[in-house]
Amino acid sequence: MNYTDLFRATLPETALEIAALLVLIVDLGLLRKSALKMRVTIAALLGVAGCGAALWALQIQGNAGLGYGTTGEFTLLGAGTYIAVAQTGILVLTALTLLLLIDSVFTRNAGEYVAVVLMAAAGGLLIAAAQDLLVIFIGLELLSLGLYILTAFAKSSGKSAEAAMKYYLFGGMAAAFLLFGFSYLYGITGSTNLHQILLAVYGWNAYHAAPLLYVAIVLIAAGLGFKVAAVPFHLWAPDTYEGAPAPAAAFIASVSKVASFALLISISTAALHVFDGRHLAAYVSAQVIPPGTPRPPVYLGFNIPWMLILTVLSAASMVLGNLAALAQISVRRLLAYSAIAHAGYILLGLAFFSYSDVSTNAILYYILTYGLTTIGAFGVVSVVERATGSDRLDAFLGLHKRNPLLAAVLLVFFLSLAGIPPLVGFWAKFNLFAAVLGVSAGPIPFALVALAIAMSAVSLYYYLQVLKRAYVMPAINESPIRAHPVTLIVLLGIAAAVVLMGCFPALLQGWIASFYPQL
Amino acid sequence: MLAWTIYLSFAGALAEALLPKGKNSLARWLALAIAVAGLALAVGGFAAGMGQGRVIIVDLPWVPSMGIHYLLAADGISRVLVLLTGLAAVAGVLFSWNVEVRTNEFFAFYFALIGGVYGVFLSFDLFLLFVFYEVAIVPKYFLIAIWGSTRREYGAMKLALYSFVGSAMVLIGLLAAYTTSGSHSTSLIDLAHAGLPASFQMWCFPLVFTGFAILAGMWPFHTWAPTGHVAAPTAASMLLAGVVMKLGAYGCLRAGIWLFPHGLDPWGFSFIGIGSWRDVFALLAVIGIVYGALVALAQTDFKFVIGYSSVSHMGFVLLGLMTLNQIGVTGAVLQMFSHGIIAGLLFAIVGRIVYDRTHTRQFADLETMHLAKRLPFAAWAFVIAGMASMGLPGFSGFVAELQVLIGAWMVKPWWTIAAGVGIVVGVAYTWRALQKAFFSDALPSAHFLEHEHDPEHELAAITWPEVTGVAMLAGVSLFVGLYPRILLDAIEPAVKALLAGGGQ
Repeated sequence: MNYTDLFRATLPETALEIAALLVLIVDLGLLRKSALKMRVTIAALLGVAGCGAALWALQIQGNAGLGYGTTGEFTLLGAGTYIAVAQTGILVLTALTLLLLIDSVFTRNAGEYVAVVLMAAAGGLLIAAAQDLLVIFIGLELLSLGLYILTAFAKSSGKSAEAAMKYYLFGGMAAAFLLFGFSYLYGITGSTNLHQILLAVYGWNAYHAAPLLYVAIVLIAAGLGFKVAAVPFHLWAPDTYEGAPAPAAAFIASVSKVASFALLISISTAALHVFDGRHLAAYVSAQVIPPGTPRPPVYLGFNIPWMLILTVLSAASMVLGNLAALAQISVRRLLAYSAIAHAGYILLGLAFFSYSDVSTNAILYYILTYGLTTIGAFGVVSVVERATGSDRLDAFLGLHKRNPLLAAVLLVFFLSLAGIPPLVGFWAKFNLFAAVLGVSAGPIPFALVALAIAMSAVSLYYYLQVLKRAYVMPAINESPIRAHPVTLIVLLGIAAAVVLMGCFPALLQGWIASFYPQL
Repeated sequence: MLAWTIYLSFAGALAEALLPKGKNSLARWLALAIAVAGLALAVGGFAAGMGQGRVIIVDLPWVPSMGIHYLLAADGISRVLVLLTGLAAVAGVLFSWNVEVRTNEFFAFYFALIGGVYGVFLSFDLFLLFVFYEVAIVPKYFLIAIWGSTRREYGAMKLALYSFVGSAMVLIGLLAAYTTSGSHSTSLIDLAHAGLPASFQMWCFPLVFTGFAILAGMWPFHTWAPTGHVAAPTAASMLLAGVVMKLGAYGCLRAGIWLFPHGLDPWGFSFIGIGSWRDVFALLAVIGIVYGALVALAQTDFKFVIGYSSVSHMGFVLLGLMTLNQIGVTGAVLQMFSHGIIAGLLFAIVGRIVYDRTHTRQFADLETMHLAKRLPFAAWAFVIAGMASMGLPGFSGFVAELQVLIGAWMVKPWWTIAAGVGIVVGVAYTWRALQKAFFSDALPSAHFLEHEHDPEHELAAITWPEVTGVAMLAGVSLFVGLYPRILLDAIEPAVKALLAGGGQ
């Protein structure tokens, strides 16, 4: 490892950071006298350009990861395959949330907002690639701190401050859990490298520290469960989604989710591929059990407890998320509970994870399309909220009269979230569940898939509650709602993508597959 | 040619959605043109397919990594049901000629529904079929919730949730079949040949069958049907009873019986005379026939009578499917067609011709209105439709139900006897409805007498779309009743191939 490698491996993150600084300089230095509208637009466009530059950097970087050791066998940052897919997704979704900013009025500090978004996105890129506990933690903190600030960005809104405080307290606690779990892992295995740790779990030390290992797994699951808002670590989500400014909420709901799930994919992949050839170099340095050593009576290793805990989180999230969403009267809170439910479905895919890349691809497909749809949903909510001053269900009354286009895209987004074909949400669910059943056709995964499908039937009810107000119930106020052209174009583009990818589901699959080396 | 029915309907839905508001007359004529063109394609496809077996229309890889095909094909059963959809679509447009609120949106949802229905009947890939099946759910919700009448939001939500739960059950079964078969193709033809293990079929069959049968109105999952039908606007209840319930029955046949033939095998033990899933579903079908008819007899709302009669008639379809013999299943398919036409006609008379003029469907009110004198056309149309619905010889219902009963007799005579009771009660409720709604001589209310000669109190005259629609539907039912071979020639070979397993 030398600085050239380091620079090369972190090229996209560097591009984002430079863009963040550039936005600050331009906004604070050159545009101090300009109108707010102008400053917001320029800052957002610079941010989008930064994302574009980072995408370009991602292309240049190719499959160059970063490792240390004599032959670089201990990976710090991975690259290529699913990591590249997730990173591309993060950058595109970030750019979309920045475009939603153009129409927003919650802040006067446009430059700072965009800079924080870009830095948080850099954190997202880091954790998507990270293969080392320390890098994971740094990336998570970079992302999380950004998110706390973004949540609090509407300085004149009490709700925003409250949401940020709740998010911060829960988040700090979760980070502490995670770090504590990491410290146990390091203590047991003597390494911070993911692959080496997982290999060492099969070694001598870990056998004797089995209870500690389980504690560590639970703590890590708690920390990461918080990031993806899985029950019972979900309490922050409804408040944050409700209080945060709309573009920030969209960012939390999409980009942060993609990055966190990419990290979970890294862990699950590493856990399954422990004895693969590419880790053999690491194997040499691991301690092997000396013959004749007494073994603990039952030793589950890493995979079984990990799978168990993910299954429990998944089932709890699906059930609680969907049932709690039924009772919501605020659309943002409804979206928060639906996000919890969706996290539950994805966790099911992670719990029953395949050795081949079928599960990885299904999860990426799900999380990318979910992120895209959620940004769209928040976009509509933010427009309605500005016009009516509320995100209550009743704010959507008569939307089809007040802005037919907005109502139509809302229809597309919500039906896609409910998983109605031929929209992309259906294929995402279908791929994921087929992957789960492909891994194991036993009664338990089957029962869980049945539960997930039954729960998505429940979800149709609350999505229809919103659509019912938009299309069916009479309007109280028929004055038209106007949306900024840029917002409208972004929303229409997302809706078109949701429909197109739904009609041609092979497109996105092919795109994801194109990141894998052709055999 | 048949595939264009699908594209035409979706293109029509899009065109209607983009039509400027307020051009109601344009929206109506455009809708009629689309529906008639669809019917022409369906008739053309039916005529062209005469004497042919299964014809593959399109076969493209859709999701290659999962073996999902965009596979449209048609056999005799599909062609008959596509024809039914074409007829129902035209009739539906004719009977929604008086929709004045958000007309273009009404027809947009209407054609989205029709397109989904055409798609289901032509899909020979399990997932394509499922996709079209779900596409049909959402427009139903909006059609009922926006343009419906009595308790429309309740009826619409109930219908949507029942459908979605049913389709969730189907999806679970389909995912299981897909992973179990390991054939890496979801084409129905491949799956039917995949040789799924009998023990798997034994539990997957009831799941898929029940999922589809919910939409076919199988007792005890029928409760969405009466409330949904009553809440729906006329055209939507015509489509619901006319074609959407057939989607369920068709799914039972195409995905249930074809893919999982061993699911119907005996369990090896029997409990109170029930020894297989076949006995279970046949029992439910018979209960549905009798129960639907008895409940229809007790209704005070005219439309509920028709709603429950649909449950009863769909029981014949399910009973026919469970006979698993040539004549019974043929009868079931013919009953799908026949009930589609007759139920459409009945709902049109009750919902459009009577209700839109009298603004009541309560027998107590209708009795005082002397509709036989004031709306003779409606009365006579209902006499014809009622006769067809009772299963009088000369109408399509007679041929269909007779075949089902013969098929059932060959398996278990008591099925036929019990279903026969349903037919007798059917005569009674039709008679009762006819008498109460049209031919009662109860004294008019004082209020009515006071205003009898007010010009604004006159019932609006019968319009040409109504006459055309009634003539078309009654004519088709009569024609098929007199010359059933025209459909049977298409249905019989297809049923034979389907019952033989893998197909031709």
